[in-house]
Amino acid sequence: MTIDWGNFTPWTALAGGVLIGAAASLFVVLNGRIAGISGLLASLLERGAEGRGEKFLFILGVLLAPLPWMLFGNLPNPEFQVGWPGLLIAGLLVGIGTRYGGGCTSGHGVCGISRLSPRSIVATLTFMTAGFATVFVLRHLLGG
Amino acid sequence: MRKLASFVAGLLFGLGLLLSGMANPAKVIGFLDLAGAWDPSLALVMAGAIGIALLPFAWAKRRGRALLDAPMQLPQKRELDGRLIAGSLLFGIGWGVAGICPGPAIAMLLGGHWQIVLFMLAMLGGMLLFSALERRRAC
Repeated sequence: MTIDWGNFTPWTALAGGVLIGAAASLFVVLNGRIAGISGLLASLLERGAEGRGEKFLFILGVLLAPLPWMLFGNLPNPEFQVGWPGLLIAGLLVGIGTRYGGGCTSGHGVCGISRLSPRSIVATLTFMTAGFATVFVLRHLLGG
Repeated sequence: MRKLASFVAGLLFGLGLLLSGMANPAKVIGFLDLAGAWDPSLALVMAGAIGIALLPFAWAKRRGRALLDAPMQLPQKRELDGRLIAGSLLFGIGWGVAGICPGPAIAMLLGGHWQIVLFMLAMLGGMLLFSALERRRAC
């Protein structure tokens, strides 16, 4: 393993993380809800799910975050790593996987670990390991 | 008041995602690529988020109601089952393929990239597929 010091951005990563954690804390302390994006999104797809108004507004906040951001600078420019077939497969896997697993990086990774839930710790270790393994196979074994 | 709090929390959450680097798939893959030139930044995103959220969640766990007079709705499931593991495996594979997870996909949806729109539609399709399979199972 070599560290990619050129792309290492410790301060923005840490500050971004603190903002994410603070937002999740506000949501649980004020509204009593878990800021798990995949779960919130799935509730919006369901007819008559509980608390849809609040869930919708949280998601709307995430969606509109680029607006206040653009008062200060340009949006980050995403560099995509795969073409449309990869995006399609990845999206499907993320959609199905987060529902079976009951959460994603936010619900399990941030909120779940913060409340010391054994299920979320196991889920996070599992999806991180799967992510590491997938990138290893695609980049180094198949040489994508 | 609860609605305003939801919106503000979502806005902060999205700003955090944009600032953290999670909105750039190359950065996510750089973190997941242990065998290549590894970019540890996203470990610090997790550390920052969990570091600040530990105490509020510890407080929330001991409370029946949230501050804005709402029930405290924390997940009650305890068992480590096959669905949790299999689902997380599928999610991790998808995350490793494209370097996009649900939060950043929403935060970048209005950025004008067809790739995010396609990923988002496929993800919503996956969620609907799950619901359809669950309904069949329940019949």
